[in-house]
This record gives sequence, C-alpha cells and structure tokens, in this order.
Amino acid sequence: MKLTRRYRFSASHRLDTPQLSAEENRQLYGKCNNPYGHGHDYILEVTVEGAPDSYGQLVNREALDGLVTDRVLRRLDHRNLNLDVAELAGVVPTTENLAAAVERALLGGWTIPARLSKIRISEMDRNIFELETKTA
Amino acid sequence: MFLTRKAEFSASHVCANSSLSPERNHAVYGANANPHGHGHNYVLEVTVAGEPDPVTGMVFDLRELKEILNQQVIEPMDHRFLNREVPPFDHIVPTTENLAIEIWNRLRPHLDGLYNVRLYETADLFVDYGGRHPGEKP
Repeated sequence: MKLTRRYRFSASHRLDTPQLSAEENRQLYGKCNNPYGHGHDYILEVTVEGAPDSYGQLVNREALDGLVTDRVLRRLDHRNLNLDVAELAGVVPTTENLAAAVERALLGGWTIPARLSKIRISEMDRNIFELETKTA
Repeated sequence: MFLTRKAEFSASHVCANSSLSPERNHAVYGANANPHGHGHNYVLEVTVAGEPDPVTGMVFDLRELKEILNQQVIEPMDHRFLNREVPPFDHIVPTTENLAIEIWNRLRPHLDGLYNVRLYETADLFVDYGGRHPGEKP
C-alpha cells in the first residue's frame, strides 16, 4: 500500500551553468536563464510505502509532515534556490536536481517505519518530475 | 491496458481507538480523533486492468463499472457517518488506509480485473491499494 501527501513551496531560481558560455546558456535554458531569476509555486508529492500499523495507519501524518517540513519545506520555501539552499550549492537548480536534493534531504533524516517510495515535483502544471526512490 | 473510473462520496468519521486514552488517540490521529467527527469529500479512482474485448473494443463496460461502484461503495457510504453506519467501521478505525482496503474488498468479488483503488481523503492526501501489502504474495 502507498500513501501520498502533497505539499507546496514557492521559490525562485535561475538556470545557468558555468560550464557553458553566456550565449550557450541563453540558447539552452531560454527564459529560465534571464539574469535576475524567476519563481514558481512548486507542488511536492511524497509517497511512502508499507503496511498499515495496528492503528490502521501506514504512516503517522504528523511525523511525515514534521519530517518534510523540517528537512525540505523550511529550507526551500520562499528561498532563492541558487543562493539560499546549501543542498543545491554548485548545481543548476533544475527541478531534476531539486528532486534529487529533496530525496537526499528526506533520506538523510528518515525516521519513519514506512519506506520512501517516490518524490514527484511539479514546477508548474505542465512540468512534472518523478523520482522513484531506490531503497530497500 | 488500464481503465480508471472516478467517483465521489462525502462522509464523516472519527479516527480513534476506544482502547486508547484520549491523549494517545490525539497523538496518533491528531485532529482526526476529535470525538464528534468531521467530514471529507472523498474521491475514489478505481482502476481495472485488461485487454479490450475484440467485439466491443472495451476493457470493461463503463456503465456496469459505474453501477458496481454505486451499489458497493457510493450508496452505502455517501452522506453517512462511517463509524456509526458503515460496518466494519464500528470496530475498525476508518483511516484512509482502512477505507481503501474495505473498498477493495467490496469491489473485488465484482471486478475480476480490479487493479488499484486510489482514495483521496483530501486533495493533499491519498492512498493507493492494490490488494496486498509489500512483500505479500499476489
């Protein structure tokens, strides 16, 4: 059985890699390369997998919400992903890299009996990124 | 091929175990343990697996599926207090997990190709149940 919980955070970012020239960055990232950055209302879905416990719950909601708030939302919400987030230092804050950083942040403090199964982040309605977690 | 039909029902519930203290129930279930209940607009997505019938071109007759969902789930649960009116929730805590399992168990005898039950308690919380837990044999 899987349980999915949805969270929201808002953040700004700019896509630009020092490994390419200014012109190449503009070509590659388009508007996402505009110099002062821009923002999104991200939606994060966290899916956990396991069997319900004797209380009929696969996961305690408060424990999951607390973990996600502490490990992810507090660090990302109303932040500049390029400048404010240690977990993203040195990487281009694409939503792919963001999903991987969220996975690492969650697994780094995972105290929940159920297994982390999947992370799904939408940057906006039309762009959705999913990461299946490879843990036993 | 998968076919999914959506249905909605609204119901109230209390998530609390009578063998636990009020404090313990609140620790486990949070505001869901408030004694007089509260409600949700549940959204149910039932997925059936199969191949399209060579004559009809359909995996499952959607009218029949709608009727099964109505009879087995919507009629008995819509606008009800689950703990008081819908067995087995007189003695099983109607968490979203247990509700998804109960819906699976009610539908399974009527739907050979039943593949997944997804139950949204709110837009921000849903459960998927495919008839068994991880590690269980099919």
